[in-house]
Amino acid sequence: MSHQLPEHPDWLWRTPDPKRSYDVVIVGAGGHGLATAYYLARNHGITNVAVLERGWLAGGNMARNTTIIRSNYLCEESAALYEHALKLWEVLPQELEYDFLFSQRGVLNLAHTLQDVREGTRRVNANRLGGVDAEWLDTDQVREFCPIVNTSPDVRYPVLGATLQPRAGIAKHDHVAWALARKADEYGVDLIQGCEVTGFLRDGDRVVGVRTSRGPISAGRVALAAAGHSSVLADLAGLRLPVQSHPLQALVSELLEPVHPTVVMSNHVHVYVSQAHKGELVMGAGVDSYNGYGQRGSFHQIEHQMAAALELFPIFARAHVLRTWGGIVDVTPDASPIIGPTPIENLYLNCGWGTGGFKATPSSGWVYAHTIATGEPHPLNAPFALERFTTGALIDEHGAAAVAH
Amino acid sequence: MLLIACPWCGERDELEFHYGGQAHVAYPADPEGLSDGEWGEYLFVRDNTKGPFAERWSHAAGCRRWFNVVRHTVTHEILAVQSNRPVAAGQPKPVIA
Ligand SMILES: Cc1cc2nc3c(=O)[nH]c(=O)nc-3n(C[C@H](O)[C@H](O)[C@H](O)COP(=O)(O)OP(=O)(O)OC[C@H]3O[C@@H](n4cnc5c(N)ncnc54)[C@H](O)[C@@H]3O)c2cc1C
Ligand SMILES: [Zn+2]
Repeated sequence: MSHQLPEHPDWLWRTPDPKRSYDVVIVGAGGHGLATAYYLARNHGITNVAVLERGWLAGGNMARNTTIIRSNYLCEESAALYEHALKLWEVLPQELEYDFLFSQRGVLNLAHTLQDVREGTRRVNANRLGGVDAEWLDTDQVREFCPIVNTSPDVRYPVLGATLQPRAGIAKHDHVAWALARKADEYGVDLIQGCEVTGFLRDGDRVVGVRTSRGPISAGRVALAAAGHSSVLADLAGLRLPVQSHPLQALVSELLEPVHPTVVMSNHVHVYVSQAHKGELVMGAGVDSYNGYGQRGSFHQIEHQMAAALELFPIFARAHVLRTWGGIVDVTPDASPIIGPTPIENLYLNCGWGTGGFKATPSSGWVYAHTIATGEPHPLNAPFALERFTTGALIDEHGAAAVAH
Repeated sequence: MLLIACPWCGERDELEFHYGGQAHVAYPADPEGLSDGEWGEYLFVRDNTKGPFAERWSHAAGCRRWFNVVRHTVTHEILAVQSNRPVAAGQPKPVIA
């Protein structure tokens, strides 16, 4: 696990001034915006593209997430979308010519109740039918796979088993963003930081560009990829979205020797833990219940997840917390993303990834680029249209989302 | 952690409360007359304000009553606590100063 980290980029992309007009303007230079720009160029030959970012490149949730990558979702639609991403993760380091330390160390989702066992075995079966790697481990097998988990029967919520996705894992999120940014830039995409979108240019029912803190920019198509701020932006276009923004936080410990061989998540006692390449334990739990845009979470969430972590991993008892931080995630009523056209011509929407969009970064970009380039959804994102909140064809992934919201 | 002043019990810590989302969302006055789009809107779409936001809380581990709070969603400052019931359809909503 003691990999050498890739060099910090110095500088991997240009910092151009915005042009007056582009074929496509993407709002938000998080992982999803950058992946979209990359695939617009690579898959569709569309390179007259700007990615506008109000802060700094990948400084939003992309910089704040706990980097877990897996595709063991329950519904066919989601498993297909996240599995497409996992397959892309497996080839991207080579394709982008940049090692972002994608480590397929596996993800365990622990079961602590009979209901958890039923949910887990059902999900394993659904995954295998859908071509996603998944296994059910009993308690002894959990101990074998991750010896530091407390599998004693004498705890309040004993470990009754776990799902394992062996191909799942983690990656260095900053490096993912920089790798995508560098390639998009090489294709000629303008990555423009410090440029906030403050409104839309309209021609009747059509969007024809954006207003920004650096002047108006006209665009053939405008694609939102603003994560927690999607509804703030959509409001500016007169569009109301079924998303709510919540603070979600994470924390890391001081650096430790390699002790934690995999990713462990527990929905029931509610904590998830992995060990970063450098050695920090990376932990997270659920969202704060209330809406919020302040990038910090409540202290009681930390207390709650620490209590769970200590019971599951008594070995961590003396680890010190080094840093906590928060991001703003956009949660939909069915815990699934929204990707597709909007009722406003030339305005496209990619949002609602909530607590779990990092793992989807490549496929989100892939299908969104397809949608923007052709005007029609890709088969993988067709079920994730905004209309599902009218038709009722929801994709209920609360169970497999693995973070309470 | 928020310190919330229950109108009946006084200031208590956030852990005693349950969050109820946007306040003043009235049940449709004429449910039969609603289109699918309007139903979807009523069921799934709520304001997601960045700034002062009127929302519902219940004092779940206390008096168990519901009330409204105006909270700034960036600073988390609680600007007002209102013990009034949800406003009926067609009635003016309280003004958020
Ligand atoms: C604590 C935490 C842990 C997480 N853990 C995981 C995990 O383990 N696995 C996983 O799969 N997912 C995880 N997630 C979720 C994941 O981070 C998000 O779903 C994903 O990053 C969202 O896509 P994005 O990267 O494009 O968003 P962001 O990186 O947030 O990008 C959106 C960008 O839009 C910009 N923007 C907003 N408004 C404007 C405007 N008006 N003008 C210009 N730019 C604007 C923002 O500044 C931001 O940079 C976690 C999130 C958090 C907060
Ligand atoms: Zn009370």
